[in-house]
Amino acid sequence: METVTLTMKKQPDLYLEADNITPDAFAGKKAEEIADLHVYVGREQHRLGDFFEVSGKAGSTPETTKIVVNGDLSRVKYIGMKMTGGEIVVNGNADMYVGAWMQGGRITVNGNVDAFAGTGMKGGELVINGNAGNYLGAAYRGDWRGMSGGKIIVAGNAGSDIGTFMTGGEITIGGDVDVHVATHAEGGRIVIKGNAKSRLGGQMVEGEIYVFGTIDVMMPGFAYRQDVDIDMDGIKGRFALYEGDLGERHRKRKGQMIYGKIYQRIEA
Amino acid sequence: MAEYLIKNGFVFDPVLGIKGDVVDIAIKDGKIVETTEVKDPKVIDAAGKTVMAGGVDIHAHVAGPKVNVGRNFRPEDKLFTYKPRSGVERMQGGFSVPTTIRTGYNYARMGYTTVMEAAMPPLYARHTHEEIRDTPILDQGAYPVFGNNWFVLEYLKNHEIENTAAYVAWLLRATKGYAVKVVNPGGTEAWGWGLNCENVHDPVPYFDITPAQIVKGLIEANEYLGLPHSMHIHANNLGNPGNYTTTLDTFRLSEGIKPRSKFGRDQVMHHTHVQFHSYGGDSWGNFESKAPEVIDYVNSHDNITIDLGAVTLDETTTMTADGPFEHHLTELNHLKWANTDVELETGSGVVPYVYSPNIKVCAIQWCIGLELALLAKDPMRVFLSTDHPNAGPFTRYPRIMKWLMSEEARRQQIDSFKHRDKVIEATNLAGIDRELDLYEIAQMTRAGPAKALGLSQIYGGLAPGLDADVAVYDFNPSEPYAPDDIEKAFSSAEHLFKTGVQVIRDREIVSNGNKRTLWVNAKVNENPQVMRDVREKFLRYYTVTLNNYEVSGHHYIPNPYVIEVDATQ
Repeated sequence: METVTLTMKKQPDLYLEADNITPDAFAGKKAEEIADLHVYVGREQHRLGDFFEVSGKAGSTPETTKIVVNGDLSRVKYIGMKMTGGEIVVNGNADMYVGAWMQGGRITVNGNVDAFAGTGMKGGELVINGNAGNYLGAAYRGDWRGMSGGKIIVAGNAGSDIGTFMTGGEITIGGDVDVHVATHAEGGRIVIKGNAKSRLGGQMVEGEIYVFGTIDVMMPGFAYRQDVDIDMDGIKGRFALYEGDLGERHRKRKGQMIYGKIYQRIEA
Repeated sequence: MAEYLIKNGFVFDPVLGIKGDVVDIAIKDGKIVETTEVKDPKVIDAAGKTVMAGGVDIHAHVAGPKVNVGRNFRPEDKLFTYKPRSGVERMQGGFSVPTTIRTGYNYARMGYTTVMEAAMPPLYARHTHEEIRDTPILDQGAYPVFGNNWFVLEYLKNHEIENTAAYVAWLLRATKGYAVKVVNPGGTEAWGWGLNCENVHDPVPYFDITPAQIVKGLIEANEYLGLPHSMHIHANNLGNPGNYTTTLDTFRLSEGIKPRSKFGRDQVMHHTHVQFHSYGGDSWGNFESKAPEVIDYVNSHDNITIDLGAVTLDETTTMTADGPFEHHLTELNHLKWANTDVELETGSGVVPYVYSPNIKVCAIQWCIGLELALLAKDPMRVFLSTDHPNAGPFTRYPRIMKWLMSEEARRQQIDSFKHRDKVIEATNLAGIDRELDLYEIAQMTRAGPAKALGLSQIYGGLAPGLDADVAVYDFNPSEPYAPDDIEKAFSSAEHLFKTGVQVIRDREIVSNGNKRTLWVNAKVNENPQVMRDVREKFLRYYTVTLNNYEVSGHHYIPNPYVIEVDATQ
C-alpha cells in the first residue's frame, strides 16, 4: 500500500469542495498530478495543490492507496466521496459530506465531522473518533435511498436525523443523539450507547434501533411488546422491545408482519 | 439576416417526399427558400450527413406549476447533474425535471425546435408562460385543460356547444393557450371527493354528466371553432390493467365527426401517450400488451392521431393533471407524492417512478410503447413521445429512435430483462422485425406532429416558404452503422437552425435563438350569457379576480406568434 499525505497550507476564503480527495481519484498518480486535481471554492475552480502540500504517491489502484490528510479541515467538504476502496485517515475536524455515497474502503476521522457524513453510503467503513453532526448516514435531501450498507462508528455524540431512509448497514454511536433517528427507515441497524431524545423511528417500516441509555419521549406509533435478553455483536443485556411505526404500511414475511423495532436496555 | 446553404446532405423530408436524396437546402430571412434565391450564403458542408426539418414535440410537460413541483420536491434529480455556465449557455441542471434553461438546450441538441406544453392549468397560466419565456430557443405553446372545468361540465350537461365554444375561445385568449386539452375527463373533478371516473359512462359526481358527453362535446366545440389543433385527450382509466377497452370506447366517441378546420389537419381527436392506455389483463399478475388491438383501430380510422408515451427504462418523475392516478401510483410504489386541487378547473399529482428492467410490468410497458410505433400503418398519424417526463425524459428520444430503427437493439434489450420469457409471452415485440427508416422517423417527429397541430404552414418540413428550422446530424445512412450510432448522432445535432438563426454550430450551442410563444386567438360572436357566467363564477368561487387571471402584457409573452381563427360566421 502506498501513502499520499496532504497537509493543509492555506485556508479557503469560503469552503473547499474537495470530492477529489479519494483513493479512486488519486490511484495511479504521482504527487504533482494529484496536486493538479481540481477543487472548487464557490464557483471558482482551483488546484488541490493550491491548498495542500502533497507528498508521497498513490498505489496503482484505489485498494492499494492510502491518503492521510492533516490540518484544520473544518472548511473542507466531500472528503472520500463515492470512494470504492483504499483508506483515508483524516487528522483533524472535517466539514460536511465525509464519506458520502462511499462504496468501499475505510475512512478514519481523528476529530469531529459536520453534517451529512456517510450520506447514501453503500459499503465500507467510516470511523469517527470525535462527534458527528446531523444527517449521519441519511438520504440526500429529497431522496428515499439512505444508507444501504457498510458501517459507521462514532465514538462521541451524533446530531439529529441520523439514518433517515436507511435501508441497510449499521450505525453505532458511542454517546448521545439528538432527535429523529431512523425516520422512514426500511432496514438497517442503529445502536446508541448513550441517551436519545425523541422521535425515534418515525414512519419506520423496518429496521432496528438499540438504545442503551434513556429515551426522553417514545413515539406514540410504537407499542411495547415484551422484554428480551440479547447477547450479540457487543449488544448485551435485557431490553424492552417496542414495535412500530404502527401508522405505516408493513410487509409480511412467512405470514408474520414485519415492524420497525426499538430495543431499550433496562439492565446490563 | 445571414443566408445559409446546407450543401450535399442526405435529406429526409416527408413534406417534399425526399427519401434520403442528396439535396441542398437554402435559408434566407428566416425561411427556407429555393437555392437560386440565396446570393452570398454561408455554406454548411453536410456531405455524408443527415438533414431534416427541426423536430416538433406534440406532447411534453416542460413548463408550469406541476413541472415546478417536480423540480422542487426532487432535489435528488439535480444531484450531480449541474453544469456551470459557459459561452452563451447559462447554468443548467436536472435529469427528469430539468431547469427551463436545460430544457431548451437539450431539445435543441436533439434537433428539436418546437415543443408543446401538454397541460396548463388556466389559473396558473401566468406561471406557465413565465417558464416558457425562460426556456431558450424553442417555439412553444401550451394546452389549457378543459375536461374537468366547471363551465364546460355545466354547458355540456345540456349539450350547449355554442356556449362551450364561446367559453373555450375566451379561455384560450385569457390564458394565451394553444389547444383544447382533456385529462381524465370528469375523473379529476371526481377526485375532489376522493372518487374517479373509470370508464366513459361513469357519471361525474354532482355534475350529472359522463366522460363520454364531455369528450364528444369538446370535440364538437373544437370543430365549431375550427381550431388549428384537434381536441387532445388523455382518456380515463390511465395506467390500469385492462384499460384498453376504455381507450377504444374513447376513440369511438370521434366516429362520424369530420374536421372543420382550415389549418390542414385530418383528425378530430389526438389521443396522447397511448402506451399507458393499451393494457390487457385484470391485475399486475396477468398484465399484458393490447397494443395491436389499439393500433388496429387507429390504423383504420383517419380522424385520429396518437403519440406513443414510450417507456425508456429510467428513473423519472411522473406528473399529470390526473390527480387520482398519481394517488394510485404512490400507493403502489410508496414514494413521495404531491397533490394539488386547482379550484374550478383541474387538479394534479406528482410521484417519482423507477422503470426498472428487472420488473416485469415495466418491461412490458417498454414493449407496448414500441409496438404501437412498429405496428402503425401511417407514421404521419403516430408520433414519437415519452409523455416527458412520465414514461421517461425527452432526452431519450434518440434512444427510442434506435430501438425503432434496429431489431438488434430491441433484441439486446429484451434479452437483458430479468423476466425475459414472461415479458415475451405477454407482448408482441419479439415477433416484430420491422425497422423504421429515417423517412418514417421524420414523419413521426416532424411532418406528422406539425400537421396534426395545424402548423404545417410553418413547421415540419423543408419546402420553400416554411420556417427555416433545420437540423444536420452526423449520420451517414448510406454506410453501415451500429445501433448505438443512431442514438449518438441524434443526441447531438451537428448544426441547428431555428427560424434562420444558427443556434448550434459544430455541436456547440452558439445562440439562445429567437423563441416565440404560439397561441390561438379565436373570434366568436358576442355571447352575453357566457360572459355573465364568467363574471359570476369569479365573483362567487375563484380566489382571484378576473384582473389577476388573464395573461396579458409583454412581460409574459415577449415574442408572441398569434394564430387567428374566425368563428363568427
